[in-house]
Amino acid sequence: MTFKKTAITAGLIAGFGLIAAACTQQKEEHMGMGHPYGDEVWSGYATATPETRAMQDDDFENPFMPYVDVAAEIYDSPQGEANKSCADCHGAPDDAEGGPMGIPMKGVGARYPIYDAEMHRPINVELRVNRCRTKYQKAKPFKYESDELLGMTGLVVMQSRGMPRVTTADQVGDELYPAWLQGKAFYYQRRGQLDLACKHCHEDNAMNMVRAELLSQGQSNGFPTYRLKWQKPGSLHRRFRGCNKNIRSIPFAYGAEEYLNLETYLAWRGKGLPVEGPSVRK
Amino acid sequence: MKLTKLTFAVTAAVVAGGVTFAAQAVDGVTFKIVDGTIPESLTGKSGDPVNGKKVVVGRKKGNCLACHIMPIPEEQFHGLTGPDLHGVADRMDEAELRMRIVDPKVVSFDTMMPSFYRTGQHRVLEKFQGKTILSAQEVEDVIAYLMTLKDES
Repeated sequence: MTFKKTAITAGLIAGFGLIAAACTQQKEEHMGMGHPYGDEVWSGYATATPETRAMQDDDFENPFMPYVDVAAEIYDSPQGEANKSCADCHGAPDDAEGGPMGIPMKGVGARYPIYDAEMHRPINVELRVNRCRTKYQKAKPFKYESDELLGMTGLVVMQSRGMPRVTTADQVGDELYPAWLQGKAFYYQRRGQLDLACKHCHEDNAMNMVRAELLSQGQSNGFPTYRLKWQKPGSLHRRFRGCNKNIRSIPFAYGAEEYLNLETYLAWRGKGLPVEGPSVRK
Repeated sequence: MKLTKLTFAVTAAVVAGGVTFAAQAVDGVTFKIVDGTIPESLTGKSGDPVNGKKVVVGRKKGNCLACHIMPIPEEQFHGLTGPDLHGVADRMDEAELRMRIVDPKVVSFDTMMPSFYRTGQHRVLEKFQGKTILSAQEVEDVIAYLMTLKDES
């Protein structure tokens, strides 16, 4: 009798386990949770020319660095009505302890964008720098895509160089999950007169040639980047805007929620890639 | 979004029936899709292959070389994302080519190829809104040029 009960119980548990496993599997298939690139994730660095790579690899050659140098001065100098510098709270950019606040810059570039509880949406490094300026330094925010904000973003991101990008935004229940879903929808939606979704070039045809251009996976781990074509540093949102305009689609504004969602989704597509910012690209 | 649905509907109709058709109107030009082809010229006239080649090469026109290899050796770097168009006239007739230039999604739902004679795409830049990539006559000219691409062998 006892044996029978135990057997039934064990059977039931096993049965439920199987059902649960099946449900999970079904849900994952339904949600398209598998990673689109499998293990074949590669950075734009992989296909950059030796000259471009050399420029990125040597900070004295990297044309982004003068902007970082200017930002480092701003980082150390008191800003706004609060008369506080970034260093007053966070210590030096490379301070592992993160200064009096205990929030080091190292790691930021690897885990951003994160969920912003104030705005209930993702926040990226650019907007987080500006949040510090307005909220804690009582200073004016930098204009998006200004030399100052690009430099400051580069300074913060480079503290995480070589660290793998981390994200759990694809997990149901993660605060960023709704943004991840929105970003994914954006990625697969055709847009513009040329009627292309991100996926047509960067998923279906990555490593393929469009005229003389090699299509990349469209990874974001090198941003902010110095783009030789621009002869200037640029943000990921500038790149999004350029892509959108190339396919004759209305771009979104710098810092727009649509782009923050896409940035969140792309971080997941490039999960595990090393932070390269500020990189150099053609 | 609406147009995506429309494309779905057209595709469904073509697949379901043997010989079905759907009439479409773009830019005041009405044309019939018959079994995944557009048999009749959009303009009622035949195309000019010489101008067609110019449209094919023009980066702000067809820009076909972005994705296709074509027998145009004077232009460098032909893209590889689309099929090689050498000898395409041996494989397809005008009606099939016309469908693939006007709106290739009707026959290939997931293709990256733009629809060269369609409007209403999502979030189109203002200066291109309500406009087709090519004019009806340019589409006919491109078809006339493509029909000259026969295998020499």
